[in-house]
Amino acid sequence: MWWKWSLFIAMGLVIVFSFTTPAPQQQIGEASRVFYYHIPQAWICVLAFMMSMIFSIRYLKNRRIEEDDRAADAARLGFIFCILATVTGSIFAKVTWGSFWNWDPRESSIFILLLIYGAYFALRGAVEVEERRAALSSVYSIFAFITVPFLIFVIPRITPSLHPEDSIVTENMKFTMGPAVRTIFFSSLALFTVVYFWMFSLARRVRIIERSRMEIEE
Amino acid sequence: MPQNSFGLISKAAAVYAKDLRLELRTKYALNAILMFGITTLTVVSFSVGQSGLPPKLLSSLFWIVMFFSAMSGLAQVFVREEESGTALALKLTTDPDAIYWGKLGFNLTLLTIMTVIIAPIFFIFTDAPTDNLVLFALVLFLGMIGLCGATTIVAAIIARASVKGALFAVLSFPLLLPLLLVLVKATEKVLLGVSFSSVATELQFLVAFAVVMIVGSVMLFKFVWLD
Repeated sequence: MWWKWSLFIAMGLVIVFSFTTPAPQQQIGEASRVFYYHIPQAWICVLAFMMSMIFSIRYLKNRRIEEDDRAADAARLGFIFCILATVTGSIFAKVTWGSFWNWDPRESSIFILLLIYGAYFALRGAVEVEERRAALSSVYSIFAFITVPFLIFVIPRITPSLHPEDSIVTENMKFTMGPAVRTIFFSSLALFTVVYFWMFSLARRVRIIERSRMEIEE
Repeated sequence: MPQNSFGLISKAAAVYAKDLRLELRTKYALNAILMFGITTLTVVSFSVGQSGLPPKLLSSLFWIVMFFSAMSGLAQVFVREEESGTALALKLTTDPDAIYWGKLGFNLTLLTIMTVIIAPIFFIFTDAPTDNLVLFALVLFLGMIGLCGATTIVAAIIARASVKGALFAVLSFPLLLPLLLVLVKATEKVLLGVSFSSVATELQFLVAFAVVMIVGSVMLFKFVWLD
């Protein structure tokens, strides 16, 4: 219980400080505060999809249905954070570049992640037999993942990037953030990760309850 | 698992021959693909006219037609097995690798026939420049291999699902997007009449994509087929 309270307080502090300290990027100005929320969301999205794929591989190896449940839960949470990151990024794009969507490489790749996992959920909805659903969706998510390197190679060649990279790292990979910005950013990143794992464990508990209820009904 | 490569090849050839014979009896998949392709090409030609469109537009229209035509028939190769209830017999008589190669070969044949018929009609209808036909054919052929390599396993996946119709295109599209983007780019360059060396990067990409997709499919196919 204590860690939930400390999470509450810490998250509150991050929100307050993210709006009261000077904006992290001078050129972009106030809009650059989205950086404290947008990047942690994108990070959780990648983390959750990675976890989903690892659980899928483990399912194909040991054929335990819990692994597939975990893969689906991680993918679902990743999808939520993916939508959040897309929406916040899109609003930021409107403010700084003047349009909500302009097929910047990052926008394209996050859009394709949404498509892949949208297709993944469509597939899960279309298969009734549980073991078959688990096997098919595991194969699909692994197969989809091996196309991602091609995207990373292709998309920057087709559309130039407008993404503000210099607000995070410079060419020689040094952080240019000031100490205050860095503290807030990394706290936000860490707290988002804690929230994600909390949500994941809640989803797991719901699954366990559902499964035991199904057993009782049988 | 196959005992030797010769056994694998002859088994795959048997699966291929069986599918080809079945297809020639009904011509279901072939008709679906060709009619879809011709219909969409006609719509494109009527709506944009024969006025010389810029290559960028031509190549995107061409690949949209090709993609959706392919989507209308490529799943048939596995859906047919499930619908006629012959999947189990096939599972018992031969190993998954041979089935995958046989089906991949069959899909590749279907798409080759489609290309041979659709591409000339495309040139006739849209009055696209024809100075670079050899390079165009090469890009097309590599694109077809990549398309089949990525979608044959998806066909196997959706054949096992209860809703089959739109799912094939939905599942295939995200996988094919990098391929389609490169194909549109390469075709645009070819229509502009460039030399071989300036599309070399795209050709390398097409080969790499096809190889990775086929290797990945071979590794994952048995999990789909034998669940």
